[in-house]
Amino acid sequence: MPNQAEAPETEIILPDQDGKFGIYGGRYVPETLMPALDDLIDAYEELRDDPGFRAEFDHLLATYVGRPTPLSHAKRLSEHLGGAQIYLKREDLAHTGAHKINNALGQALLAKRMGKQRIIAETGAGQHGVATATACALLGLKCVVYMGTVDMARQEPNVFRMRLLGAEVRGVETGSKTLKDAVNEAIRDWVANVQDTYYIIGSALGPHPYPLICRDFQSVIGREAREQILTQAGRLPDEIIACVGGGSNAIGIFQAFLNDPVKLVGVEAGGYGIETGKHAARFAEATPSAGAGVSDANLPHARVGVFQGMKTYVLQNDDGQIAETHSISAGLDYAGVGPEHVYLRESGRVEYTSATDDATLHAFHTLCQYEGIIPALESSHAVAEAMRRAPEMSKDAILLVNLSGRGDKDLNTVLNAGKH
Amino acid sequence: MGLKDIQIAFEQARSESRPAFMPYWPLGYPDQETSLRVIEALVAAGVDMIEVGVPFSDPLADGPVIQRASQIALEHGISVQGCIDLVRSLRDKGIKTPMLAMGYLNPLLAYGEERYVSAWQAAGADGLIIPDLPPEESADIRAYCAKKDIALVQFTSPTSPAKRLALGASYATGFVYVVSVTGVTGVRDNLAAGLRDYVERVKAQANGKPVAVGFGISKPEHVREIGQYADGVIIGAALIRAAGDAPDPAQAAYDFARSMMAPVRSAT
Repeated sequence: MPNQAEAPETEIILPDQDGKFGIYGGRYVPETLMPALDDLIDAYEELRDDPGFRAEFDHLLATYVGRPTPLSHAKRLSEHLGGAQIYLKREDLAHTGAHKINNALGQALLAKRMGKQRIIAETGAGQHGVATATACALLGLKCVVYMGTVDMARQEPNVFRMRLLGAEVRGVETGSKTLKDAVNEAIRDWVANVQDTYYIIGSALGPHPYPLICRDFQSVIGREAREQILTQAGRLPDEIIACVGGGSNAIGIFQAFLNDPVKLVGVEAGGYGIETGKHAARFAEATPSAGAGVSDANLPHARVGVFQGMKTYVLQNDDGQIAETHSISAGLDYAGVGPEHVYLRESGRVEYTSATDDATLHAFHTLCQYEGIIPALESSHAVAEAMRRAPEMSKDAILLVNLSGRGDKDLNTVLNAGKH
Repeated sequence: MGLKDIQIAFEQARSESRPAFMPYWPLGYPDQETSLRVIEALVAAGVDMIEVGVPFSDPLADGPVIQRASQIALEHGISVQGCIDLVRSLRDKGIKTPMLAMGYLNPLLAYGEERYVSAWQAAGADGLIIPDLPPEESADIRAYCAKKDIALVQFTSPTSPAKRLALGASYATGFVYVVSVTGVTGVRDNLAAGLRDYVERVKAQANGKPVAVGFGISKPEHVREIGQYADGVIIGAALIRAAGDAPDPAQAAYDFARSMMAPVRSAT
């Protein structure tokens, strides 16, 4: 049984001075942005340990976001599966319906402290866009959100939400018209307007210091969850499971447990199945060196590459062109992954797996029916993995799932996929 | 070949009291055959150097014109190896004009860093331009380029403070690429305010290395003005806009290059 140490010194894996986790991360952007990243590093360094800034952020988390979010013991689901006790960290109950608000609010505060009056963001499913629009409304900042037109069509309610909140939503028509193209367009906007504009990246990715900043603002999830499970169950969980797109909810919950004897599991989007090539599982067949071990040139493979400002695993073709990914959940449908996850995988600390669209839909319906919780399709990937593992574990084992968001936004997708 | 030819091209232009003229064209755009003819036409027009683009799916330093051209080239099947082979075929035809390959980092990494540098050099390229490789991350590629005696150009931006201008200038080989605007590539009607002062700030750090101005330049009068204080002018999007969709892209590229160079050259 895992030990029950109260508050171990959590070893924070800082990126090094070049912003690298091992060889991953860094800053690979046009020169125009390098001074802005330097400024951001300086500003964040100063504010990170500033008691006034921390207090302001914590106050908003408590009185506006609704933190701490609960930890729920999923008793009926656990009973149904007949194995481990499943606990759910309820980020779906945070304001705007997902963990994204933690990062958006933290960075909007940071932008305001830096004197930036204009905020830009990219969004895929719309959750980060809604969270950013929300934070900007709260803090009185101008907000522009870039979103691929394909995503705008499939996530229409979130487009409407962002506009209600006063944000300007700009459709992106380039490339695959999805998340990666929205990121490109946001970066181009930032290059052109860098003097007065702050770019809030929605996940633990992009050039340094973004992966670090996002991780810090999301690490509240893990700190709360650790305290809550110790209170409720009297001990640490055996395993923690979180979905990984860019990886912000996962890095947020893993952070507090890195030094604990707790197995950490990240779940990527398996799409139609790894063998079909239509997925977003960067770790599934990743080969660490360029050009190595690629079997079928027509299928996307993950290799170490540089994408949207960072060195990381990138799904791409043999020629280094970025692959178009597939997932039933827009929020996991992305060719790259946060650099710290690559480091955690290569160090062996975190295990990564994937769940297919079908397994995800099954998990979605199961959680609805057994717990009265409609999860986001992103989070349903983590639930699917928990459902696979729990029956093989003993009844006194504990599985903690980060339920990163709620599924209202996904109802159309689920209806179109048919009832399971 | 290599670094030396780039130096000679700048010296030649300097001796004629004019800026070196350097157009950009994406290899494989709109298709491989046409891109070859366009480049040959630019050579016939008498340009000093050519930046050949290596198309990438996600060119984040580029505006809509070059994005679209890259996408069309990729849809028509261009690859990194295809780009290298095109340059080789130009050299096989006897074209001597210095050529620099401009491409993003990910295709380079997929090809293999050292292999990429060697293959370009062997094909006859004289330098590399990598817009998403900041000086801080350039050590390996810089060393490979130095070994093969080809240039690795570095960028400066209007947002760069003095210490970054110095960093870029000190690492640059071939020339310093002065990004004229705070923004991505693309046609602008006017030159950025304060461009001359900014170019002078770069030159103060460049230790005699040539400085060439690019991004947004679209008119002969821009070329004339920049020629008064910089060593070279780079034009991409305006050329693509003028020639890419023309009935005869090669002829249109020739005419465009001649018109842009006209104010700074005596008639030949």
